[in-house]
Amino acid sequence: MTDTRDEFETSAASTGPPPLLRFVAAKAGGGVVSLFLVAVLGFFLFRVLPGDPARTMTRSTPVSAEQLAALRHRFGLDQPLYLQFRDFVIDLLHGDLGTSYIYNRPVAELILERVGPTVLLVGTATVLAVLVGLWMGARAAWHQGGPVDRWFTSVGLTLWSVPTFWLGLLALMAFGVGVGPLPGLFPVAGMSSANVPAGVVPHVLDVAHHLVLPCLTLVAVIYAQFMMVMRTSLLEEMGAEYLTTARAKGLREDLVRRRHAVPNALLPTVTLIFLHLGLVVAGAITVETVFSWPGLGLLTYEALRVPDLPLLQGTFIVLAGSVIVMNVLAELVYRLLDPRVRDS
Amino acid sequence: MGVGPSGAPRAAPRALLLILTLLLAAAVPAAGQSTRSASPEADSGGEVTLRVGIQQEFDSLNPFLGFSLASTSVFRLIYPTLTTYGAEDFSVVPELATDWKSSADKLSWTFHIRQGVHWSDGEPVTAGDVAYTFNRMMDDPAAATANGNYVEGFTSVTAPDDRTVVIRTTSPQATMRSIAVPIVPEHVWSSVDDVAEFANQRMPIVGNGPFIATEYRPQQFLTLRANEDFWRGTPNVDRLRFVNFENSDAAVQALRKGEIDVVRDLTPTQFDALRGAENIRRVRGKGRRFYEIVLNPGAANSAGEPIGTGHPALRDPRVRRAIDRAIDREVLVERVLGGYGTVGAGYLPPIFEDYYWTPPPRARRPFSIESANRALDEAGYPRGPDGARHGPAGRPLDFEFVLHGDSSTDALVGEFVKEWLSRLGIRVRLRPVSDNQVNQRTTAGDFDMVVSGWSVNPDPDYVLRLQTCGARPKPGGGGLPDSFLCDRRYDELYARQLAEFDHSERVELVERAQRRFHRMATGLILFYPNALEAYRSDRFAGFMLQPTEGGVITAQQGYWGYYRARPTEQARAASGGAGYRSAAFVIVGVALLGAVVLASVAARRRRTAEHRE
Repeated sequence: MTDTRDEFETSAASTGPPPLLRFVAAKAGGGVVSLFLVAVLGFFLFRVLPGDPARTMTRSTPVSAEQLAALRHRFGLDQPLYLQFRDFVIDLLHGDLGTSYIYNRPVAELILERVGPTVLLVGTATVLAVLVGLWMGARAAWHQGGPVDRWFTSVGLTLWSVPTFWLGLLALMAFGVGVGPLPGLFPVAGMSSANVPAGVVPHVLDVAHHLVLPCLTLVAVIYAQFMMVMRTSLLEEMGAEYLTTARAKGLREDLVRRRHAVPNALLPTVTLIFLHLGLVVAGAITVETVFSWPGLGLLTYEALRVPDLPLLQGTFIVLAGSVIVMNVLAELVYRLLDPRVRDS
Repeated sequence: MGVGPSGAPRAAPRALLLILTLLLAAAVPAAGQSTRSASPEADSGGEVTLRVGIQQEFDSLNPFLGFSLASTSVFRLIYPTLTTYGAEDFSVVPELATDWKSSADKLSWTFHIRQGVHWSDGEPVTAGDVAYTFNRMMDDPAAATANGNYVEGFTSVTAPDDRTVVIRTTSPQATMRSIAVPIVPEHVWSSVDDVAEFANQRMPIVGNGPFIATEYRPQQFLTLRANEDFWRGTPNVDRLRFVNFENSDAAVQALRKGEIDVVRDLTPTQFDALRGAENIRRVRGKGRRFYEIVLNPGAANSAGEPIGTGHPALRDPRVRRAIDRAIDREVLVERVLGGYGTVGAGYLPPIFEDYYWTPPPRARRPFSIESANRALDEAGYPRGPDGARHGPAGRPLDFEFVLHGDSSTDALVGEFVKEWLSRLGIRVRLRPVSDNQVNQRTTAGDFDMVVSGWSVNPDPDYVLRLQTCGARPKPGGGGLPDSFLCDRRYDELYARQLAEFDHSERVELVERAQRRFHRMATGLILFYPNALEAYRSDRFAGFMLQPTEGGVITAQQGYWGYYRARPTEQARAASGGAGYRSAAFVIVGVALLGAVVLASVAARRRRTAEHRE
């Protein structure tokens, strides 16, 4: 009894939990609801896909009609849709994503196995793309209309418009196989070689070596958006009076840009980066396919061909989940970065 | 660019420089290896690894579950089967069973098991393991997942002693000599409670075959090492590795570069592009596939109830045969396959010489638009005023042709056929859809024309059964229909060939069944595409092909290609010391990284010093 009263008194005294906490809780709650809706949507979405998983899976082996019926039964495909849905929701609430049709293994296990390579590829590529994009964007805006601006913008936009698949194949031909006098410097597929000497350092170098081409391809395709946002938001700051003040203080042009203009221009870019982080996981599908990178994208691609419904639902939840999580994070980070949002 | 009067160092370009140097450092390990000749493996002591590029995932390493071609070809390398197909001509030869005989009533088969053969963990391979494998498949539905069709006709499998297995069947089956079921060790699998959940990924996998699986990284590679105790003798290569590629162009580039030794499933374009490539030999083998157009003859389910949306005119065999005459197969092989294929007519492909059948001159239907037009005129399908043909009831001959949307072969075939049939006054609407939809529409009978095709096993029973009445879908769905042919005479020939144990008699019956199928023209066999492969001739002197004449390396029904691969002296010589060399590259790489870090630290110190002034 006393406990309850104590609690009541505390909350009465300070009008509920601190605003930041309440904000985080609201955002996280919204995220969880969205995730659940996405999972439900995924269930029905993938069941609209035409085709019989049992038949597609077995097409390279002679099987009898009885074997196909047994497979369908094991997958639960012989059940009415509402029963399948009920089982799906119950399993989902228990944190069970089901068993993959193709691999006969728990979906969660498969996803965990593949999430590492994707995070490595996408993470490295995003960090590089952000660094390169922001730097180029700042340069381009500072020298607006000049040769640097025109050069950076046109190259960036060209790469941004090029189909990822094609660019990947070109990179593979040029740097993987070698053209003319240029030797092939990088492996053309996979994440590691089977024949590296044992030890951590050789392994890390081997993976880094395999990472170069897919990573560069991804960077080339995505850096332009960071560059353009940075360029636009810096251009908006260019005429600001505080820059004049900074110059009047006698600061060098370089420092005016770095210490005064860029930090203010960064705000919209941060949101974009976080929104993008959620999307790149899905965006890596093509790059992973070109370079046979054993990640989530490739797994999704494999699952879609059958269609391996539990695996598709699982990867869909993970991909959509990463977008939702990053959205929530973006709002939180924005709050931390921008005092105006924090105080309001 | 730099505006600062004192030429202040810029942070961002330095970051960029750092990144570039890191990438360079990552490139270093390759710089030496990737000469234009094959890069040697980091094998030590002159060991040779045969690296095969594959474009399919291993769905499961559990032989009771794995369906994919990638998986089943690995099972052949690591598990024994009772018999196997010989390299020369696909004849059935002893494997784990040394000899076999059937009883007088043809219902009981006795196999004698080879003695002195051991599993890779040292336990002897006995008749008990064989009986255990089959009984598990008969008793445990999960174990019947991949190969259940082989045991459907079994009534019992027993092992009276360690070297004898007796199988009793419900009816005589000529297919008993070629049961392609991987035999598993009972002492390992008896402790597996749930076969459906068992991934069988504990390495090394206990088996008995020319190779032993030792390392598996999903979606990357599977490594096998030579089994030194293999009863036929140790393989010539020390290791065999299957490397996953999601992209066939990448696999071809890896071959050019020497990252892999063999690549399979090449497209004609890729195959042509490799002509004259240094250190690469191409292998053009006969394929096991046939490619057909199914004409809906009035689909029905197994209860005889009509299903689907087939055009009524196609129920008339005369219309189907007229369409067949209007297809110029020579042009298709030349233009669609780039010449890499054989013109089709009979059901079974020419790689199986025994069963391959071509129509005798009287039964042939050579390409001729005129004779096709004449046949349709005579059959009562006149042209209307607009030139379009219509049936007796006035319904125009307007067919929907379902194609695999992601297949360029289908797209081209579709265009050609559409053009040829338009000259008969028949309109064809092309419907490219996903593979899944093709399957679904085929099973439901929802098509007028559809592309189909099957890989044929050396024993033709399975594909022959696809055209029987029994293959039609059940009323509740399911089943595996192909052309919905349901013909009493065909079914009779099918049943007789299955019960015929004399090879030449059976060949005769199979030919008659093909003749009947050709006559009914529900499936028009267009061509048999070649199997196109290529390998590094600087690392491998040759492979045992199956069959010897016009055979293939990788797409075999047996392990001969990998088992008898012959490495070159160069490959053996080059492989020594490579480990040392890549270690050296690693050291150089690390040194470079260190230098970059040092340089950037130094630069930072200089900058802070400048600001302190």
